[in-house]
Amino acid sequence: MTPCQEHVVVTCEHRLLPSGTRGVWGPPPPPLPTPPRCYHLSLSGSALQVCSCYALLFQLCNYTVTACYCLFRFATMQDMEGQELPYVLIDRIGGKHGVYEDHVEFLEKHFRLVTMKEYLENKTFLSKKITAIYMWYYKPVINEELLQSLPNLKILASSGVGIDHLDLNLLSSYSVKVSNTPFAVSTDTADMGMALMLASSRRLVEGYQLAVSPDTEYFPADWLGAEVSGASLGIVGMGTIGYKVAERAKAFEMKILYHNRNQRKKEEESAVGAIYCKKIDDLLQQSDFVLLSVNLTPQTRKLIGKRELELMKPTATLINISRGLVVDQDALVEALQNRVIKAAALDVTYPEPLPRDHPLLKLKNVIITPHIGSATKKTRRRMMENMTESIEASLAGLPVPNEVLQ
Amino acid sequence: MLRSKAFSLLKPIPLMSGQSNLAYKLTHPAIASHGLHCHGRIANYRQRCKTCPCNAGRRTISAAQAKVMAETELPGILILDIGGTHGVLENLAALLKKHFHLITMKEFLEHKKEMSKKIQSVFVFEGRPTIDRELLESLPNLKVIGNSGVGVDHLDVKMISEFGVKVTNTPHAVADSTADIGMALMLASARRLVEGCQVAVSPDTKCFAVDWLGVEVTRATLGIIGMGSIGYKVAQRARAFDMRILYHNRHQRSQEEEEAVGAHYCEKMEDLLQQADFVMLIVNLTPETHKLIGKKELGLMKPTATLINISRGAVIDQDALVEALSNKVIRAAALDVTYPEPLPRDHPLLKLNNIIITPHIGTATVQAIRMMAEEAIANMLAVLNGQPIPSEVCPK
Repeated sequence: MTPCQEHVVVTCEHRLLPSGTRGVWGPPPPPLPTPPRCYHLSLSGSALQVCSCYALLFQLCNYTVTACYCLFRFATMQDMEGQELPYVLIDRIGGKHGVYEDHVEFLEKHFRLVTMKEYLENKTFLSKKITAIYMWYYKPVINEELLQSLPNLKILASSGVGIDHLDLNLLSSYSVKVSNTPFAVSTDTADMGMALMLASSRRLVEGYQLAVSPDTEYFPADWLGAEVSGASLGIVGMGTIGYKVAERAKAFEMKILYHNRNQRKKEEESAVGAIYCKKIDDLLQQSDFVLLSVNLTPQTRKLIGKRELELMKPTATLINISRGLVVDQDALVEALQNRVIKAAALDVTYPEPLPRDHPLLKLKNVIITPHIGSATKKTRRRMMENMTESIEASLAGLPVPNEVLQ
Repeated sequence: MLRSKAFSLLKPIPLMSGQSNLAYKLTHPAIASHGLHCHGRIANYRQRCKTCPCNAGRRTISAAQAKVMAETELPGILILDIGGTHGVLENLAALLKKHFHLITMKEFLEHKKEMSKKIQSVFVFEGRPTIDRELLESLPNLKVIGNSGVGVDHLDVKMISEFGVKVTNTPHAVADSTADIGMALMLASARRLVEGCQVAVSPDTKCFAVDWLGVEVTRATLGIIGMGSIGYKVAQRARAFDMRILYHNRHQRSQEEEEAVGAHYCEKMEDLLQQADFVMLIVNLTPETHKLIGKKELGLMKPTATLINISRGAVIDQDALVEALSNKVIRAAALDVTYPEPLPRDHPLLKLNNIIITPHIGTATVQAIRMMAEEAIANMLAVLNGQPIPSEVCPK
């Protein structure tokens, strides 16, 4: 194979690309002919980039036609106006932890995506090009080393609303802006809070197990749950998500109490019939359901510990849709074992997942879901679009939507 | 024996005072101080209970005599049993004892001759005891069958009325808890809650996959088939989730009722089926609604749609449902009711992974079970006292 500035001759035994194929964005290439032949592939871009892609060319050529098309990603992409698209660092595409494959099409209209693998293989060239990081579910992991090696990094767009996994001081010391996606996740997370409250109160998971168990011969008449309608709900953290929970709970004729750093406006309170509890103790003592929807900060870490659990009613249920660390997990285990509270329903724990021998997994009066508060197709798509907007605005020197301010 | 914790927290039923006790549970002691009022729950009736024992004038007789007198004064009520697998719950039996002389099926069968004339009412709890012609023939003084729950498809109302016996149900007591279960099933199915729990606790789980997704409930389209009391309460709840609400009903609701929940009437059920992301069945089971949802209806639904059933198992053609779920004709189903209950342990529905089934727990809450008994008692007493009956079920 002869490397050259303009053309690369590719020989491989599997899938091949038609001669004269240029590296441009467009519809998928036509089906490839057999038997294998030599082709000239014209790639517009720097020589360095072409050289580094050889190995990738061979690798990709072993895959399907669609994946071979991925080859074009490694050429410099041209957008409509003929300007170079911004280089954005991501962890990976696909698999259990990567950027969704069906999001890539949209992203590549706006960015030249650089995976961590690509970056590490071509650091010298790419490190100066990368101006943004697209952090999808906590990856790639940001550390000082990475920040030091990305001199032109302007913005880190983080998926979801929580930013407790980021060292904001470190990022601002490198003048890197941070954005999150608070509005995209709000309705789904509120829905999840309601789902957990209903499932826990009505013993839905236990009921399902009874309905399908091979040992079930009849449904006992004394198998009862507790009513959600008309019960009292205490919302700890009445931000965007907490307020949406209140809107939903109102329709169930629930009595809504809330505790927040600041009291909400009167109109907002009366719209959902929510009563402010300046002291969290008041809320804890009166609620049938306590729902945590705060963000995780040094102030909210272990907000709910032994004392708070004991203030709760013995018939109360704790619901956590915020972060695992907001609850003192050891205290929670004890409280559940000793029936200090009736039950708990957790979408979040610390860590995630819990170690397989953790006592929380063995308790009958807990339901745990695998942090799926925002896990719907539509919401994840909206998150991706929001992140794209934030990055583009930052790179254009415009006010950044959803910027996280210190 | 008043062993129920819920019961011990509350005052005894003041039905004689003319106030419905269905509103009790909204007056939470700690919340009452905030001046919140309970609303929406007051049933449309007034009660005067003439047969209830009055404490005045009893102090001069012995307790045993009082007991005998109380029992003979109170109308006899037949129940299957107290406690056990299918019997009336003990705290409910205590409620009944305030107004009736309780006679279990066992006692009745053992002492048929003397008991048969005493029985003026039957309290049917969870479908038992079974009311057949033989039983009706052996209860010459039977006036009313009070059903706990709203569904009466297990009763032959026509046959019962031929004996001059009235049938009553409890539509008000069941509405909130059944609407809640409908919402619970819709949310659990859409967000894959049960599967999620399994992932969270499975010994094989090493990490949570980021591409593990459910479907949105907020802003989705909900199609309610059967917009009675329960259906309307579901609509009220769904509205708070910003859902687009379609409904199909024998009759269109009034404009104000529709506007209050933002519901659009679909005169043809097909229109609802084709547009809904979630289809919820809340009809009663009648010959007209038997197998209302069959292969054709399932075929009309979106492939991304979920079917939720909180009515009766027989409203769905179960075999057609198995096929539709296996072939992904619809995305998923969530059933609180099946036919029979429970399903045979080898039934295909139990093996599918895109279905949640719950053991008919639509009214299985401490509060609802008690309210149903209270409503049934109020209805039965109305019949026995010759007063307007709040919830009579008339034969068609």
